[in-house]
Amino acid sequence: MYVAVKGGEAAILATHDLVAEARRGDESVPELAVAQIREQMGLACARVMNEGSLYDPDLAALALKQAQGDAIEAAFLMRAYRTTLPRFGSSEPLDTAKMAIRRRVSATYKDLPGGQVLGPTYDYTHRLFDFALMDETAPAESQARPAAQSLDAFMPRVPDILGAEGLMEEEAPPEGDPRPFDLTREPVTFPADRDVRLQAMARGDEGFMLGLGYSVQRGFGNSHPFVGEVRVGEVAVEYVPEELGFAVDLGDLTLTECQMVNQFAGSKEVLPQFTRGYGLSFGHSERKAMSMSLVDRALKAREFGETATYPAQQDEFVLYHSDNVEAAGFVEHLKLPHYVDFQGELELIRRIRKEREQRLADQQDEALPEAAE
Amino acid sequence: MTVHQSISDETKPAYNYAYLDEQTKRMIRRALLKAVAVPGYQVPFGSREMPLARGWGTGGIQVTAAIIGPDDTLKVIDQGADDTTNAVSIRRFFERTADARTTEATDEATIIQTRHRIPEAPLKSGQIMVYQVPQPEPLRKLEPHEAETRKMHAWAEYGLMQVKLYENIARFGEVTTTYDYPVMVNGRYVMAPSPIPKFDNPKMQMSPALQLFGAGREKRIYAVPPHTSVRSLDFEDHPFRIQSWEQPCALCGAADSYLDEVVIDDQGGRMFVCSDSHHCETRRAEGHRGAMLADASALHLVEDKP
Repeated sequence: MYVAVKGGEAAILATHDLVAEARRGDESVPELAVAQIREQMGLACARVMNEGSLYDPDLAALALKQAQGDAIEAAFLMRAYRTTLPRFGSSEPLDTAKMAIRRRVSATYKDLPGGQVLGPTYDYTHRLFDFALMDETAPAESQARPAAQSLDAFMPRVPDILGAEGLMEEEAPPEGDPRPFDLTREPVTFPADRDVRLQAMARGDEGFMLGLGYSVQRGFGNSHPFVGEVRVGEVAVEYVPEELGFAVDLGDLTLTECQMVNQFAGSKEVLPQFTRGYGLSFGHSERKAMSMSLVDRALKAREFGETATYPAQQDEFVLYHSDNVEAAGFVEHLKLPHYVDFQGELELIRRIRKEREQRLADQQDEALPEAAE
Repeated sequence: MTVHQSISDETKPAYNYAYLDEQTKRMIRRALLKAVAVPGYQVPFGSREMPLARGWGTGGIQVTAAIIGPDDTLKVIDQGADDTTNAVSIRRFFERTADARTTEATDEATIIQTRHRIPEAPLKSGQIMVYQVPQPEPLRKLEPHEAETRKMHAWAEYGLMQVKLYENIARFGEVTTTYDYPVMVNGRYVMAPSPIPKFDNPKMQMSPALQLFGAGREKRIYAVPPHTSVRSLDFEDHPFRIQSWEQPCALCGAADSYLDEVVIDDQGGRMFVCSDSHHCETRRAEGHRGAMLADASALHLVEDKP
């Protein structure tokens, strides 16, 4: 016999126990340490830091552990924590030309000052299982040989090389170099400026950004740019406290930066030139930075007088739908009780059907005598 | 049917000869036969997941895997060069999975898998060029919907493409497509020649070699049989034009090859060198010397092979 569900509190508490049990899994298997996740699942941590908009590898690892590896759930934990932190100021702009390079590749020039630095990448691995990794007792070979030559301390960014020749769209900060808009504190309005767009994309869902980036490249956007450069490495964060008046080093961030070189746009007034798309993300996250820079260029449609025909060229579409924490919330809210709204619909649909039947019956009654004539 | 099973030891699962299973190879060969029979026509095929990322040449790899045998000699180039990362990676893949003999010499190869270039040395009868194709659909940038482009091909309705070329000329004074320049194959189908520079388009015309094109991500195979006409689209008063440089190759002095620009310092220093690394090495071995060969050797940009 069905009894209306009451006493949700006990049920909710029971789900928490079930989650804890599911998260832990088989207790005969040792528990994962947060440090293990931080050290051995660095790419997952980077994704959570990006989408959670908070640079903290330890918390990202904890979030992943707590969320059973669900990246969106983990990003949600990060954002919910981040919102409780006080803000004490803005750092100086980061200088990525002074990055301690770990990886740096350009698809536009075969060789260039500083050279191509492959670094750690899956790009040239064949995706065949390494069954040796299943054997945890055997010590893994993980010692990379040091390079014979040390890398240049200063590596010019490729778009700057093109820029020196005047072939690249110039990128100047807006007048007065105002502090960027903060979309976590203020509501976004449209059309959105580039600072807002870049910020939204940096925290946007990697999969969604990837799909949009792919779409502009594949046919819904008319773009197939060159990777001017992708670079990954550590950059110092400097902060000028008011009471001191000079910059203090707060620490290093691992960043991935991508600059796409797009085919030229030109007009009567502007000479043909290359245009750029920009992507910047926390940790080693090339796919994210690349997708972002593809969409960044697409979103510049208005600035270049191009018609915005495709989804990736429309800021409202991109910005509203790339936020996976918001998107997940609204899609998943459908699980919540909708008893009241649904009852209203149910009543309406029954009434319309009944009235229609009534109307048909009336018409038939009227028709009958005629048929008899 | 012969099954070449390479069983190394019992603890590891074995991979088939040339990675793909025999059924898949047969399916690809059927698609290839159809493609050869209808030059330039895009034949859909059941593209498989490969151990390299889609878009990194899986189409070319699948075609090569379907046609390679123990008697073949494989050359792999990327951007014309044998020593670029992707070429090295793909060559290693076939050395490992097909025990393939590999070479850098264009004339020794029976199969040449390429991304972005046709070798400078003329191809011979019996050789097979396998192209890795990212975008098989030449009309994609004009019409994003596949259902429409298929119809346009069926009706040979290529007006849109001509209009696009015309608009280029009207705006910029010339056709601005520099690579993947559309071609008409056998007078019937407009075909994307894969992103080779238009410099290489004339090499496809009446080539004695068989040319096979594989697009893994887009699941299409197409082909140009030997001695088939491949005409680059143009206008009578704006004939097709290929790229040219003001200087010869800085290493080997070749004046008729496709050149790459190499940035040598951050003061705007540039050097132009052959993109076909084997062609350049062959010429240097023959004694041709470019203007900057000595400098390049000093900077270790060139490894002089014995």
